[in-house]
Amino acid sequence: MSKGMPRSVWTKIVHVLVLGTFTILLAFPFYWMLITSFKQNVDLYTMENNPFIFNAKPTLDHVKFLFTETRFVRWLGNTAFVGVVVVAITLLLAVPAAYSLARLSGRWGERLGIGIFLTYLIPPTLLFIPLSRVVAYLGLQDSLWALILVYPTFTIPFSTWLLMGFFKSIPKELEDAAMVDGLTRFGAFVKLVIPISVSGILTVVIFTFTLVTQEFVYALTFISSESNQMIGTGIPIFLVRGDVYYWGALMAACLIASLPIAFMYNLFLDRFIAGFTVGAVK
Amino acid sequence: MAVTNNVARGKIKSIGAAQSPLLGAAMFSPAVLYIVLLVGGPFLLAIFYAFSDARIGNTEMHYVGLENFRSILQSPSFHVALRNSLIFTICSQIVVIVGANILAISLENTFRGRGLIRFLILLPWVAPIALGAIGWKWILDSIYSVITWVLVAAHIYKPFSAPMWLGEPSLAIASVLLVHSWRLMPFSTVILLAGRTAIPKDIPEAAAVDGAGFWRTQLQIVIPMMRPIISVAVLFGLIFTFTDMTVVYILTAGGPFDSTQTLPSLAFAFGIQGSDLAAGAAVSLFLVPVLVIIAYFMLRVAHRAEVN
Repeated sequence: MSKGMPRSVWTKIVHVLVLGTFTILLAFPFYWMLITSFKQNVDLYTMENNPFIFNAKPTLDHVKFLFTETRFVRWLGNTAFVGVVVVAITLLLAVPAAYSLARLSGRWGERLGIGIFLTYLIPPTLLFIPLSRVVAYLGLQDSLWALILVYPTFTIPFSTWLLMGFFKSIPKELEDAAMVDGLTRFGAFVKLVIPISVSGILTVVIFTFTLVTQEFVYALTFISSESNQMIGTGIPIFLVRGDVYYWGALMAACLIASLPIAFMYNLFLDRFIAGFTVGAVK
Repeated sequence: MAVTNNVARGKIKSIGAAQSPLLGAAMFSPAVLYIVLLVGGPFLLAIFYAFSDARIGNTEMHYVGLENFRSILQSPSFHVALRNSLIFTICSQIVVIVGANILAISLENTFRGRGLIRFLILLPWVAPIALGAIGWKWILDSIYSVITWVLVAAHIYKPFSAPMWLGEPSLAIASVLLVHSWRLMPFSTVILLAGRTAIPKDIPEAAAVDGAGFWRTQLQIVIPMMRPIISVAVLFGLIFTFTDMTVVYILTAGGPFDSTQTLPSLAFAFGIQGSDLAAGAAVSLFLVPVLVIIAYFMLRVAHRAEVN
């Protein structure tokens, strides 16, 4: 160690450097969205300008354009609508299934649970071609209901898996006591297990909702008209006219749509991770 | 711990052990039925299409045997797509797992501002990837790229002579690789972090007392203990990258000259854009062997964890 600096100081410097470098690399695109959103076009499209700073006054033009001249708000609404309906369907199917597989079906349930989880590994990019035919057959082309029909295929498996973990962590004795007190098995599930699993259910709500906002392939395949887009497809496809990219508005749209989703996801992150790592962390 | 628990459970033969198969079946069958109909059905349909001449806008189809596979295997863009899919998946996971281990070590202990740093680091994973990829498309723009600006300012390139990042095949491949690594590093980091916090603190401490340095403790004790969790991070990372079409579609749309096509994006190009459902389905079926291998290893990790 040079100049006899204490070891701990060096450790600290290295720590700050490593963390700083990674943070900058990972967060940079979002900083870039932020600064681009508020730059005037003359500033953006003058190559000599230092792009890291405002060379001309910041402007709200791009944000205004986004909210008044494009269907951005409509896309946000579509996404929220599909998200809420898919959350409802997912809860309705996954909560009872998870409880049943965790408690009522013994070893068989365990295997079925793993089977359901494995379907999470079958990706949209394998299913979108046949599903496009199914959607057409049902007359749901270019309808948000096509997405509502299809999105639970990936939200149910993971949610069931997450909830199975939660239900297993509830001591069996609790339900036994309730059943001794005269509740039926189903009654114990509704009146006892669901209320103490609120945090697990909330996790599934947030997880499902964020998965819906992040989906791209199905929305790209099934939805064609501008007014029926989700944010993930509307922004990249319909904020570009011909070859002209409205970079200011594009970046504003990306940032405005990303941040709330990122905040929500961040709050529940540790629980999602628990779902991915069930068993591997002791 | 586990053993005593089991013994205790065995003694108190609880009512909970008396299972209710009928109620159980009634509760899980809606979900199972849904998955069978909308995952299992389409999956079989994909196989069916791959052996047919199904096209968009034509309800008739006929069995054509291996014709689709024959023409796909002869198409140069398929070979490129297969190669790219493997390159993107494997290379990005190597970058990710090295970076994620370093990041997880530096995030393990609490410090001021850790919450904020964690949020910033997580952004690539938690924000919709379609939107993150547009951010990169702007960063890698052919004229106004900030990277180009920095290189010109540093006199590495003369103005207007810098390469177009998404316009040359090798650079476009590197760009897609970069965005995939960027996207998955946060995911692996938080998984590894969860693994680290689960290791009892006294084990690395004891190693330190015994005179093992930082690197030795990490490489010989902590990382081997984290093998199952590292496998989980890698297996999910492999799946997410291998089956992804969004990054390529937005950054390059498979171009220039199909040089960044992957299996999923090629399936989309054939099946949806080209209306040739059969060819698209046949291409996407090439995902299956890799998925099966990954699923096998996942089950093994899960099984081992259960035995322990």
